[in-house]
Amino acid sequence: MARKAFMIDSSRCTACRSCQVACKQWNKLPADAAINWGSYENPPSLTAHLYNKIEFIEKEQDGKFKWLFLNQRCLHCGEAGCLKVCPSTGALFRTEEGLIGFNKDKCISCKYCVNGCPFDVPRYDAQGKITKCHGCIDRVAAGLQPACVKACPTGSLKFGDRDKLISEAELTGLKLYGDKALSGLGAMYLLEEKPQEYRLAENPNIPQSIFLWKDVIKPLGILGFWGAIGAVMLHYVTVGPKRPDEDDSSNQNQGGEKHE
Amino acid sequence: MTNHWIDIRNSDIILIMGSNAAENHPISFRYILEAREKGAKLISVDPRFTRTSASADLYAPLRSGTDIAFLGGMINYIIENKLYQSEYLLLNTNATFLVKPDFKMPGELDGLFSGYDAKKRRYDKSSWGFQRDSRGVPKSDPSMSDPNSVLQLLKKQFSRYDLQTVSSITGTPQEKLTEVYKIYGSSGQAGRAATIMYAMGWTQHTVGTQNIRTMAIIQLLLGNIGIAGGGVNALRGESNVQGSTDHCLLFHILPGYLPTPKSSWNDLATYIKKSTPTTNDPESANWWSNRNKYIVSLLRAHFDSNLTAAEDFGYELLPKLDDGQNASWLMLFDRMFRGDIRGFFAWGQNPACSGSNANKVRDALAKLDWLVSVNLFDNETASFWKGPGVDSASIDTEVFFLPAAVSFEKEGSITNSGRWAQWRYQAVAPLGNSRHDSAMMNELYYRVAELYRQEGGAFPDPITRLSWDYGFKGIDGKIQHLDIHAVAKEINGYFLADKVVKGKQFKKGDLVPSFAFLQADGSTSSGNWLYCQSYNGSGNNMARRSLKDPSGIGLYPEWSWCWPVNRRILYNRASVDATGTPLDKRRPVIWWTGTKWKGDVPDGGWKPLDQAGTKKPFIMLPDGVASIFGAKMKEGPFPEHYEPLESPIAKNPLSGTRVNPAIKRFYEDGKLPVDIFYTDDKRFPFVATTYRVTEHWQTGVMSRNTPWLLEMQPQSFVELSPELAGELSIKNGEWVEIASGRGKVDAVAIVTKRFQPFKVQGKTVHQVGLPWCYGWTTPNVGDSANLLTPTIGDANTMIPETKAFMVNVKKRG
Repeated sequence: MARKAFMIDSSRCTACRSCQVACKQWNKLPADAAINWGSYENPPSLTAHLYNKIEFIEKEQDGKFKWLFLNQRCLHCGEAGCLKVCPSTGALFRTEEGLIGFNKDKCISCKYCVNGCPFDVPRYDAQGKITKCHGCIDRVAAGLQPACVKACPTGSLKFGDRDKLISEAELTGLKLYGDKALSGLGAMYLLEEKPQEYRLAENPNIPQSIFLWKDVIKPLGILGFWGAIGAVMLHYVTVGPKRPDEDDSSNQNQGGEKHE
Repeated sequence: MTNHWIDIRNSDIILIMGSNAAENHPISFRYILEAREKGAKLISVDPRFTRTSASADLYAPLRSGTDIAFLGGMINYIIENKLYQSEYLLLNTNATFLVKPDFKMPGELDGLFSGYDAKKRRYDKSSWGFQRDSRGVPKSDPSMSDPNSVLQLLKKQFSRYDLQTVSSITGTPQEKLTEVYKIYGSSGQAGRAATIMYAMGWTQHTVGTQNIRTMAIIQLLLGNIGIAGGGVNALRGESNVQGSTDHCLLFHILPGYLPTPKSSWNDLATYIKKSTPTTNDPESANWWSNRNKYIVSLLRAHFDSNLTAAEDFGYELLPKLDDGQNASWLMLFDRMFRGDIRGFFAWGQNPACSGSNANKVRDALAKLDWLVSVNLFDNETASFWKGPGVDSASIDTEVFFLPAAVSFEKEGSITNSGRWAQWRYQAVAPLGNSRHDSAMMNELYYRVAELYRQEGGAFPDPITRLSWDYGFKGIDGKIQHLDIHAVAKEINGYFLADKVVKGKQFKKGDLVPSFAFLQADGSTSSGNWLYCQSYNGSGNNMARRSLKDPSGIGLYPEWSWCWPVNRRILYNRASVDATGTPLDKRRPVIWWTGTKWKGDVPDGGWKPLDQAGTKKPFIMLPDGVASIFGAKMKEGPFPEHYEPLESPIAKNPLSGTRVNPAIKRFYEDGKLPVDIFYTDDKRFPFVATTYRVTEHWQTGVMSRNTPWLLEMQPQSFVELSPELAGELSIKNGEWVEIASGRGKVDAVAIVTKRFQPFKVQGKTVHQVGLPWCYGWTTPNVGDSANLLTPTIGDANTMIPETKAFMVNVKKRG
């Protein structure tokens, strides 16, 4: 089957956030208690109950003021760090359309995918299970558009055959982001400005350590993982439990944790 | 809208001013972006850089309440640079007409037009008329060079609006003004279409009507009325507010924009005589001369069909206004506040948050004997008696709450901004004991009628002689389930007797095909003549869903139905020249084949203007042409800039007349402290405006109770510039207090460059803005911005001035 993908045209986004709401409705996700923190951007980051959101970015450039809007979500990478690191077979998986889905029953809560993701996407729910945009794989399998795409009033969000979306995108004259990176993203952007202006890495890549994991350790299979767990238990028995750090700033990038 | 939503895609230039379409009419951006793909320019003019501005090619800021200055400068630019379409003006407008020589303008009279009576605060309009020939037809000068011609007077009036003057009033940099004027003015070329999308940012001012008049004048000068991609387009703020206006939401009209009778109009003949405009011009269609047919058909629909012509078909049963009475929103709540009103149905509304000067509204509710709130959720109006600072024990108002069905739970029509009446179906049954509005009205009707029968009353006939034939009646003679199709058919109208009209035989009980068939002799009924054709012999036309578009310009004539007579673009006879050839060859709306019109439904079927027996194109106006000179306005036939009631400057830079001289003054005349205002006062130094956000709906009763929406905009906020925040030591995200002369609210500060300080009359003026969608019944979200807004209204419509007033902002102590 031809690979499917999202094309997110930021020039057509008016930040109405129909995508945020439609996603919650289809995926039966509750609202998070929120406060206004001095921005329209709420909740301020993806959460276990928020699979996609609009970033509101105010910029002043050469005396010209700009308000940029970008739909943030799982980009369904062709070469996906999360998939590479996931030690539990089937917890994260790639559909025949090329989307990356998840199965909470198989998730072992290791959170390796958080470190494996170059875009800070995976979040963990209250039960410690992975959540993220799964491209509405249930709808797509039934021949429907993902809920966010269906709800988008301006055509900023599109979903379809990846090659076709790319050839259409090339006609717009906008900067195409993600057609090649990480073996091609499954959610690409059309940008009016440089990727950095949207807080996107110019050349996104998976941390080197992940390759070590995938290419050296993971081939040993799940055995290796349980071996590691065994080593941890041995460490616990011989050394004792880990004490929480006084300054836990190293955990700032642990995705959903801070929002639960 | 003169045009419709889809038609926006035909525009070459789109001006969004007095509205924030991206946030409040998000679907419109589908069509705006289609236009932009074809090269259209989008211009956003707003005090604040909005989500609309983010998509625009050009953004220009202006201080709230200075739109006439901004647009007046555009009129000046258009005339100075001769960008107007002379031929269009000649055929379609009163630009050539000669005004009486004793007419004087603000340039000569320090901000006033001739005829002002300072004591009555009203104009004697006798000098505002046209010079007329012996037949009584206005004299005109086709060269438009006579100094008394409307075009020359317009030129004179707006020559005072030069760039420097305008900029010093609006705070818009001069180069931005020029940029906007240049782009917009380019639509004066034939084949280039420009549209305006406006909303409450224009109407909710003491000069609201004149804001729109100024733009209408621009659209006429540039030949943008009647064409595809043009028009003057009001973006209505609720999905069906167009429908409610058509069906007499407002006090001064009956359904179909027929005037509400006055108490001195004793009988039907007087009503018809007094309310029917006349013309002596044989080329004017003067469509309102059909008034008699429409009012009689309305009476036949409203009341018992046994009422005869001798009984004026029940005319005396219609409610009437006292002569000179204004029963608009502000007046209703003023009278309620003074204890003159005993009972109130707040049906599908939440005035405790939506009403200007909401503290006054909340206090007024406490003066009622009874209040009925019909709504989906509890709200600040229904629960006013336990609101913040209210001593519940001191309130005697008895409050009833009737839970209403939501739109998905009921069948019926809604009419969108583009005048399309679209039929919707019930998706799910109403929850619990909530009911369809019509079911509640049905029940009310029977119970009130029964009370009259049992207890009598002063004047029972307006209720007991209503026609109430909306479905199958049970043994008790009552309708158990009101059939909404029967209501729709009554609105369309029936033949009440066998009758031949225009050579066609109709039988009693037939639906009337269209309003051209309505009669003044009582043989037809129509609950709203404008909707006559919506549900006729071909069925429920509002339910049509054909995607055929033979026009190629997106008229979709068989998708739903639109008033009048399915005409998708109003005033479309102005889209052709005198021979009936479209001015815009690429996007023709109508065209004359030599024997008939093709394309959209033309404004009247008369031949092109160069042929004998023709009628002028603006058929609803007695002169047959559009009014650049509009003597119907209360404050002048041309717009003039006046400052808002509350303004940051002491004087109107243009004249000695500070505010609109024709507004009703509440504070000075009524002596109620609650109506106080402060202008150019150090205690309230910052201009404020109110707005809506995409995530919430009106006062937020529906959206605050939808957790997904509340999550996105969880709390009230006030937006202010980094400069002002710096002066006040306010940090982004902290709670601050905003106060006006009438109330206080707390909100989270959003410090953003999207607000910039203005330079006005050489001094720095700061503006802030806040939404009015919050209310205390939702915990921890803040309260409505309307607690701050003033008791003052537009001179013509009395819509409150909530878009420009003065506040103070401070850190919370």
